[in-house]
Amino acid sequence: MKKEPVSDRRKFILDMARGIGIATLGGFVWSAYLDEATASQLTLRPPGALKEDDFLKTCIKCGLCVEACPYDTLLLAKPGDKKPLGTPYFVPRDVPCYMCPDIPCVPVCPTGALDKEIVTTDGKLDINIADMGVAVIDDQSCIAFWGIQCDACYRACPILGEAITVEYSKNERTGKHAFLKPIVHADKCTGCGMCEQACVTEKAAIFILPREVALGRAGDYYIKGWDKDDEKRLENAKEIKTTTEISKQKAQDKLNGDFLEDIY
Amino acid sequence: MKTLWNNYRYLILRRITQIGILILYFGANAWGWTILQGDLSSSLILNTVPMSDPYAVLQMLSAGAVLAGDLLLGVAVVVLFYMLIGGRAFCSWVCPINLITDLANYTREKTGMNKLKGVKQPASRNIRYWIIALSLIISAVMGLTAFEFISPISMVHRGLVFGLGFGWAAMLIIFLFDLFVLKNGWCGHICPLGGFYSIIGKFSLIRVHHDAEKCTGCMDCKVVCPENQVLSMINKDSLPVLSGECTNCARCIEVCNDDALGFSIRNLTKNSKTGE
Repeated sequence: MKKEPVSDRRKFILDMARGIGIATLGGFVWSAYLDEATASQLTLRPPGALKEDDFLKTCIKCGLCVEACPYDTLLLAKPGDKKPLGTPYFVPRDVPCYMCPDIPCVPVCPTGALDKEIVTTDGKLDINIADMGVAVIDDQSCIAFWGIQCDACYRACPILGEAITVEYSKNERTGKHAFLKPIVHADKCTGCGMCEQACVTEKAAIFILPREVALGRAGDYYIKGWDKDDEKRLENAKEIKTTTEISKQKAQDKLNGDFLEDIY
Repeated sequence: MKTLWNNYRYLILRRITQIGILILYFGANAWGWTILQGDLSSSLILNTVPMSDPYAVLQMLSAGAVLAGDLLLGVAVVVLFYMLIGGRAFCSWVCPINLITDLANYTREKTGMNKLKGVKQPASRNIRYWIIALSLIISAVMGLTAFEFISPISMVHRGLVFGLGFGWAAMLIIFLFDLFVLKNGWCGHICPLGGFYSIIGKFSLIRVHHDAEKCTGCMDCKVVCPENQVLSMINKDSLPVLSGECTNCARCIEVCNDDALGFSIRNLTKNSKTGE
Protein backbone atom coordinates (compact mmCIF):
# COMPACT_ATOMS: atom_id res chain seq x y z
CA MET A 1 0.00 0.00 0.00
CA LYS A 2 1.22 3.44 -0.89
CA LYS A 3 1.83 5.83 1.93
CA GLU A 4 -0.25 8.98 1.53
CA PRO A 5 1.29 12.12 2.97
CA VAL A 6 -0.81 13.60 5.75
CA SER A 7 -2.53 16.73 4.53
CA ASP A 8 -2.11 19.97 6.45
CA ARG A 9 -5.75 20.03 7.30
CA ARG A 10 -5.70 16.52 8.69
CA LYS A 11 -2.52 17.26 10.61
CA PHE A 12 -4.12 20.33 12.16
CA ILE A 13 -7.26 18.44 13.15
CA LEU A 14 -5.23 15.56 14.58
CA ASP A 15 -2.98 17.93 16.50
CA MET A 16 -5.94 19.74 17.99
CA ALA A 17 -7.69 16.48 18.87
CA ARG A 18 -4.52 15.22 20.53
CA GLY A 19 -4.13 18.46 22.49
CA ILE A 20 -7.72 18.42 23.67
CA GLY A 21 -7.50 14.73 24.53
CA ILE A 22 -4.37 15.14 26.62
CA ALA A 23 -5.83 18.24 28.28
CA THR A 24 -8.96 16.30 29.21
CA LEU A 25 -6.88 13.46 30.62
CA GLY A 26 -4.71 15.87 32.59
CA GLY A 27 -7.72 17.85 33.69
CA PHE A 28 -9.41 14.86 35.25
CA VAL A 29 -6.27 13.71 37.05
CA TRP A 30 -5.66 17.25 38.26
CA SER A 31 -9.26 17.71 39.46
CA ALA A 32 -9.29 14.36 41.21
CA TYR A 33 -6.12 15.28 43.07
CA LEU A 34 -7.53 18.69 44.06
CA ASP A 35 -10.72 17.13 45.33
CA GLU A 36 -8.78 14.77 47.60
CA ALA A 37 -6.20 17.34 48.64
CA THR A 38 -8.78 19.84 49.83
CA ALA A 39 -11.11 17.33 51.47
CA SER A 40 -9.64 17.74 54.95
CA GLN A 41 -12.50 18.82 57.21
CA LEU A 42 -10.56 19.04 60.42
CA THR A 43 -8.36 22.03 59.69
CA LEU A 44 -8.51 24.79 62.30
CA ARG A 45 -8.29 28.22 60.67
CA PRO A 46 -7.15 31.59 62.07
CA PRO A 47 -9.82 33.91 63.50
CA GLY A 48 -11.99 35.71 60.97
CA ALA A 49 -11.61 33.00 58.32
CA LEU A 50 -14.33 32.69 55.72
CA LYS A 51 -16.28 29.47 55.48
CA GLU A 52 -13.95 26.66 54.38
CA ASP A 53 -15.19 26.57 50.76
CA ASP A 54 -14.75 30.31 50.31
CA PHE A 55 -11.55 30.28 52.31
CA LEU A 56 -9.94 27.75 49.99
CA LYS A 57 -10.68 29.82 46.91
CA THR A 58 -9.77 33.17 48.47
CA CYS A 59 -6.61 32.41 50.46
CA ILE A 60 -3.57 33.20 48.29
CA LYS A 61 -1.21 31.30 50.64
CA CYS A 62 1.15 34.21 51.28
CA GLY A 63 1.75 33.53 54.97
CA LEU A 64 1.37 37.16 56.06
CA CYS A 65 -0.99 36.01 58.85
CA VAL A 66 1.61 33.48 59.98
CA GLU A 67 4.26 36.21 60.14
CA ALA A 68 1.89 38.56 61.98
CA CYS A 69 1.12 36.04 64.73
CA PRO A 70 3.25 36.98 67.77
CA TYR A 71 2.98 33.52 69.35
CA ASP A 72 3.92 31.41 66.34
CA THR A 73 0.52 29.79 66.62
CA LEU A 74 -0.21 29.81 62.93
CA LEU A 75 1.50 27.44 60.51
CA LEU A 76 1.37 27.17 56.74
CA ALA A 77 0.45 23.69 55.55
CA LYS A 78 3.51 22.05 54.00
CA PRO A 79 3.60 18.93 51.88
CA GLY A 80 3.25 16.12 54.40
CA ASP A 81 0.98 18.00 56.81
CA LYS A 82 -2.04 16.44 55.08
CA LYS A 83 -3.86 19.76 55.03
CA PRO A 84 -4.82 21.88 52.01
CA LEU A 85 -1.40 22.97 50.84
CA GLY A 86 -0.08 26.40 51.79
CA THR A 87 -3.09 27.44 53.85
CA PRO A 88 -2.74 28.66 57.45
CA TYR A 89 -3.86 26.48 60.36
CA PHE A 90 -3.00 25.85 63.97
CA VAL A 91 -2.62 22.92 66.32
CA PRO A 92 -3.99 24.05 69.69
CA ARG A 93 -2.42 21.21 71.69
CA ASP A 94 0.99 22.58 70.62
CA VAL A 95 0.32 26.33 70.48
CA PRO A 96 -3.22 27.62 70.92
CA CYS A 97 -4.53 30.99 69.73
CA TYR A 98 -3.90 33.49 72.52
CA MET A 99 -6.73 35.73 71.32
CA CYS A 100 -4.86 39.03 70.93
CA PRO A 101 -7.35 41.90 71.25
CA ASP A 102 -5.91 43.60 68.14
CA ILE A 103 -6.02 40.31 66.15
CA PRO A 104 -2.83 41.08 64.15
CA CYS A 105 -3.29 38.12 61.80
CA VAL A 106 -6.54 39.40 60.31
CA PRO A 107 -5.92 42.95 58.97
CA VAL A 108 -2.74 41.87 57.13
CA CYS A 109 -4.64 39.43 54.93
CA PRO A 110 -4.44 40.88 51.40
CA THR A 111 -7.32 38.85 49.98
CA GLY A 112 -9.97 39.04 52.68
CA ALA A 113 -9.83 35.28 53.27
CA LEU A 114 -9.45 36.44 56.85
CA ASP A 115 -12.25 38.96 56.99
CA LYS A 116 -12.20 41.84 59.47
CA GLU A 117 -15.99 42.09 59.34
CA ILE A 118 -16.35 38.63 60.86
CA VAL A 119 -14.45 39.69 63.99
CA THR A 120 -15.84 43.22 64.33
CA THR A 121 -18.58 44.42 66.67
CA ASP A 122 -19.63 48.08 66.71
CA GLY A 123 -16.75 49.06 64.46
CA LYS A 124 -14.11 47.54 66.73
CA LEU A 125 -12.16 44.35 66.38
CA ASP A 126 -13.54 41.84 68.86
CA ILE A 127 -11.70 38.55 69.26
CA ASN A 128 -14.42 37.19 71.54
CA ILE A 129 -16.75 36.66 68.59
CA ALA A 130 -14.14 34.76 66.58
CA ASP A 131 -15.07 31.26 65.50
CA MET A 132 -12.06 29.06 64.96
CA GLY A 133 -13.91 26.00 66.18
CA VAL A 134 -15.53 24.73 69.33
CA ALA A 135 -14.23 22.75 72.29
CA VAL A 136 -15.57 19.26 72.71
CA ILE A 137 -15.17 17.16 75.88
CA ASP A 138 -14.77 13.43 75.89
CA ASP A 139 -16.41 12.67 79.23
CA GLN A 140 -14.97 9.15 79.24
CA SER A 141 -11.39 10.34 79.47
CA CYS A 142 -11.97 13.67 81.26
CA ILE A 143 -10.83 12.97 84.81
CA ALA A 144 -13.25 15.56 86.24
CA PHE A 145 -16.03 13.19 85.19
CA TRP A 146 -14.33 10.49 87.27
CA GLY A 147 -14.57 12.64 90.35
CA ILE A 148 -10.98 13.94 90.36
CA GLN A 149 -10.92 17.63 91.02
CA CYS A 150 -9.44 19.21 87.91
CA ASP A 151 -10.45 22.53 86.48
CA ALA A 152 -7.42 23.10 84.22
CA CYS A 153 -9.53 23.84 81.15
CA TYR A 154 -11.89 26.08 83.04
CA ARG A 155 -8.96 28.12 84.40
CA ALA A 156 -7.24 28.26 81.02
CA CYS A 157 -10.30 29.56 79.20
CA PRO A 158 -9.85 33.23 78.21
CA ILE A 159 -13.62 33.70 78.42
CA LEU A 160 -13.63 32.14 81.85
CA GLY A 161 -17.02 31.40 83.25
CA GLU A 162 -18.79 31.92 79.94
CA ALA A 163 -17.34 29.53 77.37
CA ILE A 164 -16.59 26.89 80.00
CA THR A 165 -18.46 26.64 83.26
CA VAL A 166 -18.10 24.10 86.03
CA GLU A 167 -21.15 22.20 87.09
CA TYR A 168 -21.37 20.71 90.57
CA SER A 169 -23.15 17.45 91.09
CA LYS A 170 -23.13 14.62 93.56
CA ASN A 171 -20.82 11.69 92.98
CA GLU A 172 -23.25 8.82 93.38
CA ARG A 173 -20.48 6.26 93.02
CA THR A 174 -18.74 7.19 96.25
CA GLY A 175 -21.79 8.81 97.76
CA LYS A 176 -19.58 11.26 99.62
CA HIS A 177 -17.97 13.49 97.05
CA ALA A 178 -18.80 16.07 94.42
CA PHE A 179 -18.17 16.17 90.70
CA LEU A 180 -16.84 19.42 89.25
CA LYS A 181 -17.64 18.86 85.61
CA PRO A 182 -16.56 21.28 82.90
CA ILE A 183 -19.33 22.23 80.47
CA VAL A 184 -18.56 23.98 77.14
CA HIS A 185 -21.01 26.57 75.90
CA ALA A 186 -20.69 26.43 72.15
CA ASP A 187 -22.29 29.83 71.60
CA LYS A 188 -19.50 31.54 73.57
CA CYS A 189 -16.54 29.30 72.73
CA THR A 190 -14.18 30.76 70.08
CA GLY A 191 -12.17 27.58 69.61
CA CYS A 192 -8.90 29.21 70.70
CA GLY A 193 -7.73 25.91 72.15
CA MET A 194 -6.16 27.14 75.38
CA CYS A 195 -8.24 24.50 77.18
CA GLU A 196 -6.90 21.79 74.89
CA GLN A 197 -3.36 22.87 75.58
CA ALA A 198 -3.97 23.01 79.33
CA CYS A 199 -5.71 19.63 79.56
CA VAL A 200 -3.73 17.35 81.88
CA THR A 201 -4.61 13.98 80.36
CA GLU A 202 -2.15 12.16 78.13
CA LYS A 203 -4.19 12.90 75.03
CA ALA A 204 -6.39 15.93 75.57
CA ALA A 205 -9.90 15.06 76.81
CA ILE A 206 -11.08 18.50 75.69
CA PHE A 207 -10.20 19.42 72.14
CA ILE A 208 -11.14 21.79 69.37
CA LEU A 209 -13.05 20.75 66.28
CA PRO A 210 -14.27 23.01 63.50
CA ARG A 211 -17.82 24.08 64.39
CA GLU A 212 -19.26 22.48 61.27
CA VAL A 213 -17.80 19.15 62.32
CA ALA A 214 -18.48 19.33 66.06
CA LEU A 215 -22.07 20.55 66.15
CA GLY A 216 -25.27 19.02 64.91
CA ARG A 217 -28.21 20.93 63.50
CA ALA A 218 -31.80 20.42 64.65
CA GLY A 219 -33.31 21.97 61.54
CA ASP A 220 -36.56 23.89 61.39
CA TYR A 221 -38.92 21.06 62.24
CA TYR A 222 -38.22 21.01 65.95
CA ILE A 223 -38.84 23.93 68.27
CA LYS A 224 -38.53 24.38 71.99
CA GLY A 225 -41.87 24.18 73.70
CA TRP A 226 -43.23 27.23 75.54
CA ASP A 227 -40.95 29.58 73.66
CA LYS A 228 -42.66 32.14 71.42
CA ASP A 229 -39.41 33.30 69.77
CA ASP A 230 -38.27 29.83 68.88
CA GLU A 231 -41.63 29.12 67.29
CA LYS A 232 -40.84 31.64 64.58
CA ARG A 233 -38.29 29.26 63.11
CA LEU A 234 -41.18 27.10 61.99
CA GLU A 235 -41.85 29.69 59.30
CA ASN A 236 -38.69 28.56 57.51
CA ALA A 237 -39.75 24.95 57.56
CA LYS A 238 -40.87 23.57 54.25
CA GLU A 239 -43.35 20.80 53.83
CA ILE A 240 -41.79 17.37 53.47
CA LYS A 241 -43.42 15.13 50.93
CA THR A 242 -42.56 11.48 51.14
CA THR A 243 -42.54 9.64 47.91
CA THR A 244 -42.35 6.19 49.43
CA GLU A 245 -45.64 4.38 48.95
CA ILE A 246 -47.40 3.24 52.07
CA SER A 247 -47.95 -0.49 52.11
CA LYS A 248 -51.48 -1.38 51.05
CA GLN A 249 -51.43 -4.53 53.17
CA LYS A 250 -53.18 -4.39 56.51
CA ALA A 251 -51.00 -4.81 59.55
CA GLN A 252 -52.96 -7.88 60.56
CA ASP A 253 -52.25 -9.51 57.22
CA LYS A 254 -48.59 -8.91 57.75
CA LEU A 255 -48.73 -10.46 61.21
CA ASN A 256 -50.77 -13.43 60.09
CA GLY A 257 -48.74 -13.85 56.94
CA ASP A 258 -45.79 -16.06 56.46
CA PHE A 259 -43.16 -13.56 57.50
CA LEU A 260 -41.61 -16.13 59.75
CA GLU A 261 -40.80 -18.13 56.67
CA ASP A 262 -38.91 -15.13 55.38
CA ILE A 263 -36.72 -15.28 58.40
CA TYR A 264 -36.02 -18.97 58.47
CA MET B 1 39.28 37.23 36.94
CA LYS B 2 38.20 39.84 34.48
CA THR B 3 37.05 37.25 31.96
CA LEU B 4 35.21 35.44 34.73
CA TRP B 5 33.27 38.60 35.46
CA ASN B 6 32.77 39.26 31.79
CA ASN B 7 31.49 35.77 31.06
CA TYR B 8 29.32 35.40 34.13
CA ARG B 9 28.40 38.90 35.23
CA TYR B 10 24.67 38.53 34.71
CA LEU B 11 24.66 35.00 36.09
CA ILE B 12 26.37 36.23 39.24
CA LEU B 13 23.94 39.14 39.55
CA ARG B 14 21.01 36.82 39.01
CA ARG B 15 22.16 34.45 41.73
CA ILE B 16 22.65 37.38 44.09
CA THR B 17 19.13 38.64 43.36
CA GLN B 18 17.51 35.21 43.63
CA ILE B 19 19.21 34.30 46.87
CA GLY B 20 18.95 37.84 48.25
CA ILE B 21 15.19 37.88 47.72
CA LEU B 22 14.92 34.46 49.39
CA ILE B 23 16.89 35.73 52.37
CA LEU B 24 14.67 38.80 52.70
CA TYR B 25 11.54 36.62 52.70
CA PHE B 26 13.14 34.18 55.12
CA GLY B 27 14.19 37.00 57.44
CA ALA B 28 10.66 38.35 57.52
CA ASN B 29 9.34 35.09 58.90
CA ALA B 30 12.30 34.16 61.07
CA TRP B 31 13.41 37.48 62.48
CA GLY B 32 10.53 39.83 61.80
CA TRP B 33 12.19 41.90 59.07
CA THR B 34 9.74 44.13 57.27
CA ILE B 35 11.62 44.72 54.01
CA LEU B 36 9.84 41.95 52.15
CA GLN B 37 7.11 39.99 53.92
CA GLY B 38 4.95 37.14 52.70
CA ASP B 39 5.96 34.95 49.79
CA LEU B 40 5.87 34.95 46.01
CA SER B 41 2.07 34.56 46.00
CA SER B 42 1.54 37.85 47.78
CA SER B 43 3.88 40.09 49.69
CA LEU B 44 4.37 43.45 51.28
CA ILE B 45 7.36 45.75 50.79
CA LEU B 46 8.25 47.82 53.86
CA ASN B 47 4.74 47.33 55.22
CA THR B 48 3.32 49.55 52.48
CA VAL B 49 3.61 48.39 48.87
CA PRO B 50 1.57 45.26 48.16
CA MET B 51 2.54 42.75 45.47
CA SER B 52 0.40 39.85 44.31
CA ASP B 53 0.89 37.05 41.84
CA PRO B 54 -1.36 38.00 38.89
CA TYR B 55 -1.75 34.40 37.76
CA ALA B 56 -2.92 33.31 41.21
CA VAL B 57 -5.40 36.19 41.27
CA LEU B 58 -6.68 35.22 37.83
CA GLN B 59 -7.36 31.73 39.17
CA MET B 60 -9.13 33.23 42.19
CA LEU B 61 -11.29 35.25 39.84
CA SER B 62 -12.05 32.15 37.84
CA ALA B 63 -12.88 30.23 41.03
CA GLY B 64 -15.38 32.90 41.96
CA ALA B 65 -13.59 34.54 44.89
CA VAL B 66 -14.39 38.12 45.83
CA LEU B 67 -11.26 40.13 45.04
CA ALA B 68 -10.09 42.65 47.62
CA GLY B 69 -8.82 46.10 46.62
CA ASP B 70 -5.35 45.54 48.11
CA LEU B 71 -5.00 42.47 46.02
CA LEU B 72 -5.77 44.25 42.75
CA LEU B 73 -3.33 46.99 43.68
CA GLY B 74 -0.71 44.29 44.27
CA VAL B 75 -1.43 42.79 40.87
CA ALA B 76 -1.08 46.20 39.20
CA VAL B 77 2.30 46.71 40.86
CA VAL B 78 3.62 43.35 39.67
CA VAL B 79 2.23 43.57 36.14
CA LEU B 80 3.56 47.09 35.58
CA PHE B 81 6.95 46.16 36.98
CA TYR B 82 7.37 43.18 34.70
CA MET B 83 6.00 45.06 31.71
CA LEU B 84 8.92 47.35 32.27
CA ILE B 85 11.77 44.92 32.85
CA GLY B 86 10.54 41.87 30.91
CA GLY B 87 7.83 39.45 32.02
CA ARG B 88 9.96 36.41 32.43
CA ALA B 89 12.62 38.33 34.27
CA PHE B 90 10.65 36.82 37.14
CA CYS B 91 11.75 33.37 35.99
CA SER B 92 15.47 34.03 35.74
CA TRP B 93 15.95 36.70 38.39
CA VAL B 94 13.45 35.81 41.15
CA CYS B 95 12.02 32.30 40.93
CA PRO B 96 13.82 29.77 43.20
CA ILE B 97 13.01 26.93 40.78
CA ASN B 98 15.45 28.53 38.35
CA LEU B 99 18.28 27.49 40.68
CA ILE B 100 17.16 23.88 40.41
CA THR B 101 16.53 23.78 36.68
CA ASP B 102 19.80 25.59 35.95
CA LEU B 103 21.57 22.95 38.01
CA ALA B 104 19.85 20.22 36.00
CA ASN B 105 20.87 21.97 32.80
CA TYR B 106 24.45 22.35 34.00
CA THR B 107 24.57 18.65 34.85
CA ARG B 108 23.17 17.80 31.42
CA GLU B 109 25.84 19.90 29.76
CA LYS B 110 28.72 18.59 31.88
CA THR B 111 27.79 14.93 31.54
CA GLY B 112 27.25 15.23 27.81
CA MET B 113 23.67 14.10 28.11
CA ASN B 114 22.57 16.65 25.54
CA LYS B 115 24.71 14.96 22.92
CA LEU B 116 23.26 11.49 23.46
CA LYS B 117 21.82 10.11 20.27
CA GLY B 118 18.22 9.07 20.29
CA VAL B 119 17.25 11.30 23.19
CA LYS B 120 14.45 13.36 21.75
CA GLN B 121 12.64 16.44 22.92
CA PRO B 122 9.13 15.20 22.24
CA ALA B 123 7.18 17.96 23.94
CA SER B 124 5.91 21.25 22.61
CA ARG B 125 6.83 24.49 24.31
CA ASN B 126 3.17 25.48 24.05
CA ILE B 127 2.12 23.02 26.76
CA ARG B 128 2.37 25.86 29.27
CA TYR B 129 -0.38 27.83 27.53
CA TRP B 130 -2.61 24.76 27.48
CA ILE B 131 -2.00 24.38 31.20
CA ILE B 132 -2.97 28.01 31.82
CA ALA B 133 -6.26 27.46 30.02
CA LEU B 134 -6.80 24.16 31.82
CA SER B 135 -6.04 25.68 35.22
CA LEU B 136 -8.63 28.40 34.67
CA ILE B 137 -11.26 25.88 33.61
CA ILE B 138 -10.55 23.63 36.60
CA SER B 139 -10.56 26.65 38.93
CA ALA B 140 -14.02 27.58 37.64
CA VAL B 141 -15.40 24.06 37.89
CA MET B 142 -13.92 23.18 41.29
CA GLY B 143 -14.15 26.60 42.91
CA LEU B 144 -10.48 26.33 43.88
CA THR B 145 -7.29 27.99 42.70
CA ALA B 146 -6.25 24.94 40.72
CA PHE B 147 -2.55 25.55 40.11
CA GLU B 148 -1.89 27.07 43.54
CA PHE B 149 -2.58 23.72 45.20
CA ILE B 150 -0.02 21.87 43.09
CA SER B 151 2.47 24.61 42.20
CA PRO B 152 6.00 23.39 42.92
CA ILE B 153 7.13 27.01 42.69
CA SER B 154 5.13 28.13 45.70
CA MET B 155 5.73 24.77 47.39
CA VAL B 156 9.48 25.30 47.20
CA HIS B 157 9.48 29.02 47.91
CA ARG B 158 7.00 28.72 50.78
CA GLY B 159 8.99 25.75 52.00
CA LEU B 160 12.22 27.72 52.12
CA VAL B 161 10.53 30.59 53.97
CA PHE B 162 8.08 28.81 56.28
CA GLY B 163 9.36 25.25 56.60
CA LEU B 164 9.91 22.68 53.90
CA GLY B 165 8.12 19.48 54.95
CA PHE B 166 8.17 17.15 51.98
CA GLY B 167 8.78 20.13 49.70
CA TRP B 168 12.24 18.73 48.98
CA ALA B 169 10.47 16.04 46.98
CA ALA B 170 9.03 18.72 44.69
CA MET B 171 12.57 20.03 44.18
CA LEU B 172 13.87 16.58 43.40
CA ILE B 173 11.02 15.81 41.00
CA ILE B 174 11.73 18.93 38.98
CA PHE B 175 15.47 18.29 39.00
CA LEU B 176 15.08 14.70 37.82
CA PHE B 177 12.48 15.67 35.24
CA ASP B 178 14.69 18.35 33.73
CA LEU B 179 17.75 16.14 33.91
CA PHE B 180 16.43 12.88 32.52
CA VAL B 181 13.08 13.47 30.84
CA LEU B 182 13.05 16.80 29.09
CA LYS B 183 15.69 19.48 28.63
CA ASN B 184 14.34 22.75 30.03
CA GLY B 185 11.29 20.65 30.82
CA TRP B 186 9.68 22.52 33.67
CA CYS B 187 10.61 26.14 32.95
CA GLY B 188 10.62 25.89 29.18
CA HIS B 189 7.63 23.67 28.53
CA ILE B 190 5.28 23.15 31.43
CA CYS B 191 5.30 25.97 33.97
CA PRO B 192 2.08 27.98 33.49
CA LEU B 193 3.42 30.82 35.63
CA GLY B 194 6.28 31.20 33.17
CA GLY B 195 3.72 31.01 30.39
CA PHE B 196 1.69 33.72 32.04
CA TYR B 197 4.73 35.97 32.40
CA SER B 198 5.54 35.23 28.73
CA ILE B 199 2.24 36.84 27.83
CA ILE B 200 3.01 39.89 29.97
CA GLY B 201 6.54 39.91 28.55
CA LYS B 202 5.26 40.45 25.03
CA PHE B 203 4.78 44.07 25.96
CA SER B 204 7.88 44.61 28.02
CA LEU B 205 10.33 47.40 27.43
CA ILE B 206 13.77 45.96 28.14
CA ARG B 207 14.92 43.59 25.40
CA VAL B 208 17.97 41.72 24.25
CA HIS B 209 19.05 43.29 20.95
CA HIS B 210 21.02 41.52 18.24
CA ASP B 211 23.49 43.09 15.86
CA ALA B 212 23.85 40.82 12.84
CA GLU B 213 26.79 42.87 11.51
CA LYS B 214 28.96 41.81 14.46
CA CYS B 215 27.67 38.24 14.65
CA THR B 216 30.10 35.55 13.47
CA GLY B 217 27.53 32.78 13.65
CA CYS B 218 29.22 30.69 16.37
CA MET B 219 25.76 29.89 17.81
CA ASP B 220 27.08 29.80 21.37
CA CYS B 221 24.06 31.88 22.34
CA LYS B 222 21.64 29.30 20.99
CA VAL B 223 23.40 26.55 22.90
CA VAL B 224 23.25 28.38 26.20
CA CYS B 225 19.73 29.80 25.80
CA PRO B 226 17.01 27.93 27.74
CA GLU B 227 14.39 29.20 25.28
CA ASN B 228 16.45 29.16 22.10
CA GLN B 229 13.43 29.43 19.81
CA VAL B 230 13.38 33.13 20.70
CA LEU B 231 16.81 33.61 19.07
CA SER B 232 15.59 32.95 15.54
CA MET B 233 17.17 36.17 14.20
CA ILE B 234 20.72 35.24 15.13
CA ASN B 235 23.20 35.75 12.30
CA LYS B 236 20.33 36.87 10.05
CA ASP B 237 18.71 40.13 11.06
CA SER B 238 19.56 42.92 13.45
CA LEU B 239 16.42 42.63 15.52
CA PRO B 240 15.57 42.65 19.21
CA VAL B 241 14.32 39.46 20.81
CA LEU B 242 10.61 40.15 20.79
CA SER B 243 9.20 36.86 22.04
CA GLY B 244 7.74 37.04 25.52
CA GLU B 245 9.31 33.65 26.20
CA CYS B 246 12.75 35.25 26.53
CA THR B 247 13.57 35.32 30.23
CA ASN B 248 16.05 38.19 30.03
CA CYS B 249 18.55 35.93 31.78
CA ALA B 250 21.30 37.45 29.63
CA ARG B 251 23.27 34.22 29.27
CA CYS B 252 23.42 34.88 25.51
CA ILE B 253 24.94 38.30 26.11
CA GLU B 254 27.64 36.81 28.32
CA VAL B 255 28.65 33.99 26.03
CA CYS B 256 28.81 36.21 22.94
CA ASN B 257 32.45 37.00 22.21
CA ASP B 258 31.59 39.29 19.33
CA ASP B 259 29.56 41.82 21.29
CA ALA B 260 26.62 41.15 18.99
CA LEU B 261 24.06 40.95 21.79
CA GLY B 262 23.14 43.41 24.50
CA PHE B 263 20.31 44.83 26.56
CA SER B 264 18.53 47.85 25.23
CA ILE B 265 15.21 49.58 25.53
CA ARG B 266 12.72 48.61 22.90
CA ASN B 267 11.92 51.23 20.35
CA LEU B 268 8.20 51.69 20.55
CA THR B 269 7.80 54.40 17.93
CA LYS B 270 8.89 52.55 14.80
CA ASN B 271 7.46 49.67 12.83
CA SER B 272 5.56 47.41 15.17
CA LYS B 273 6.00 44.36 12.95
CA THR B 274 9.75 44.15 13.21
CA GLY B 275 9.90 46.04 16.45
CA GLU B 276 12.53 48.47 15.17
